[in-house]
Amino acid sequence: MTATPDHAPKYAELSLPQRLDAWAPYLLIPVLVVLGFFAIGSTSSWLTLTVSGLAMGMMIFIMASGLTLVFGLMDVINFGHGAFISVGAFVGITVLLALGNWTGSPSLLLNIAAILLAAIAAMCVTGALGWGFERVIVRPVYGAHLKQILVTVGGLIVIEQLIHVVWGPDEIFLTRPETLKGAFTFWGAAIERYRLLAVVVGVILFVAMRLVLRRTKIGLIVRAGVQNGEMVEALGYRLSLVFIGVFIAGSALAGLGGVMWGLYQEVITAGMGEEMMILVFIVVIIGGLGSVEGAFIGALLVGLLQNYIAFLEPKVALVSNIALMTAVLMWRPQGMMPVVKAK
Amino acid sequence: MLVGLLSGDRPRSLLLTAILLIILGSLAFAPFLFPGVRSLETAARICIFIVLVASYDLLLGYTGIVSFAHTMFFGLGAYGVALASTHMGRGWDALIVGALLGALAATVLALVIGLFSLRVRAIFFAMITLAVASAVAVLVSQLSGLTGGEDGLNYTIPRELTPAFRLGEVFGVPFNGKLLNYYLVFFASLALFLLLVRVVNSPFGRVLQAIRENDFRAEAIGYRVVLYRTLATCLSAAVAALAGSLFAIWLRYVGPDTTLSFEIMLDILLMVVIGGMGTMYGAVIGATIFVLAQNYLHTLMGAASEATSALPLVPDLLDPDRWLLWLGVLFVLSVYFFPTGIVGRLRAGR
Repeated sequence: MTATPDHAPKYAELSLPQRLDAWAPYLLIPVLVVLGFFAIGSTSSWLTLTVSGLAMGMMIFIMASGLTLVFGLMDVINFGHGAFISVGAFVGITVLLALGNWTGSPSLLLNIAAILLAAIAAMCVTGALGWGFERVIVRPVYGAHLKQILVTVGGLIVIEQLIHVVWGPDEIFLTRPETLKGAFTFWGAAIERYRLLAVVVGVILFVAMRLVLRRTKIGLIVRAGVQNGEMVEALGYRLSLVFIGVFIAGSALAGLGGVMWGLYQEVITAGMGEEMMILVFIVVIIGGLGSVEGAFIGALLVGLLQNYIAFLEPKVALVSNIALMTAVLMWRPQGMMPVVKAK
Repeated sequence: MLVGLLSGDRPRSLLLTAILLIILGSLAFAPFLFPGVRSLETAARICIFIVLVASYDLLLGYTGIVSFAHTMFFGLGAYGVALASTHMGRGWDALIVGALLGALAATVLALVIGLFSLRVRAIFFAMITLAVASAVAVLVSQLSGLTGGEDGLNYTIPRELTPAFRLGEVFGVPFNGKLLNYYLVFFASLALFLLLVRVVNSPFGRVLQAIRENDFRAEAIGYRVVLYRTLATCLSAAVAALAGSLFAIWLRYVGPDTTLSFEIMLDILLMVVIGGMGTMYGAVIGATIFVLAQNYLHTLMGAASEATSALPLVPDLLDPDRWLLWLGVLFVLSVYFFPTGIVGRLRAGR
């Protein structure tokens, strides 16, 4: 007879730091906002900067969410994503300019309707473009990262140049719809109306995306596909179809982000997508490739930090994003919320 | 001895050998074969881009890493020479110090980027280099007090390298400082190129190729993949910076557009892919064809655009400003259909 081992199983509670660790990325945003408050000192400018930082972050998130899902699902890194942003902006703004009566009228309803129409047009065009892009450019190079990067960069160049051909080589200036111009004061802080709209749209999109990913069957398949694609296919789901759907949705979102960014900047150029891609990549990297929540937090961090720093030390703002990325990668080399791959 | 110079890496194709010899001969005697300022300008550009593209091929073709920061290293070398010449005054010491400091800065920066991004996934590297390179480009154009901003820097180089320094005539061609400058560029480029050929044919280069083919297996055999990738990045950055220094010495001007712009990065990518990834000779052919096309195709496209001006849309597509469009199409097609580039084709058809 052997004696029973003399260890008794005991329930060890995780220590506070361990429990906090999983939530640390979420906590970063309030921490940054509070730090910003103390660094800036004046409540009104802090509020203005926070709102504009959130607005910028939301718009970057809209553009980044599709890219990160596409990567998580099929291991495809799409450098051509930026082209969809530009195309979306150009299509959307063309529609807005054509609807001059609606955007010029002082009725909020008509203005919103015009933006909605522009956004829908942009999303349809970029979604279709995304479908074609996936078919022609990306499909033949699955599984080969090197070729993917090269080919999608080529696609980016071609689409950007085609924008020049169709819309001419110059940038297009535009004005926002009548009721979204200007700012209102809230607690002594001037808050631009349009930025508030951007924040609202961003939050709605994030909540909707989370609902789809967490509560629906298609979301379940997408999340499972990100975790372990082979297993999902073995269970009888055609992941390639799901992937095309995600690719199209991601491209459409990039188009929407392009329209919103164009209205935010009040000028659009063919190169704007390429410029935005740099921010989008930073966001995707610090969020963790494949993670929508990570991209959301990363986008807000980038937006807030850039606005705070631009106010405090304009010269440093140029490298603030790189510094943020370096800091996050030192803390978590895989990004804030890495997607656990069962491969 | 010739084979020794090439480190035993022969072109392995008769036609390829012939083309390479023609390019070498034309570049070596360019001032006498093609007199004129413009052709000398083109020849020097080809020499410098061969080195730049070859150093990029060390990364892309041999190690299988995509970097978008190669122009940044190129620019660091160029600005190194420019800043040294501005602050230390005219002289050879300024050129040497500037080139060395530029190469050192490029190596350190490459080391930092490599340690941060290559540790995790090679794919991070592409995105991070893109972000860092754009940040550096913005910094250079904003810090106008130091770098001259968008206008760039003009500076003087030793008198022996300028057209004002005359030595007489050789074969009816005025032998002046510009010619000396050209031969400085030519021989320095040749030496750097041979150095790169030496590197990729060394045991070190073989390990890089093994990593490109299967990094997991290379790690399993016992090679520290991260270490080798980082070393390759640093080496390629240093050579790119030296090429940048040569460019700065040749042009006597640096600016963000000529050394740091994303378009040059695209040009380099195209040259590597068209010439052939994973072979140093591809860099020679790619750079030569590309620079020649860049200089002379513009005129052709302008003529084509004029000729079709009656048609709708076609003249817009053929406008000389849209030449990047056709390069993009060519690029995508060559990645699909000629993944081994011109050199690969020539070797296969032997």
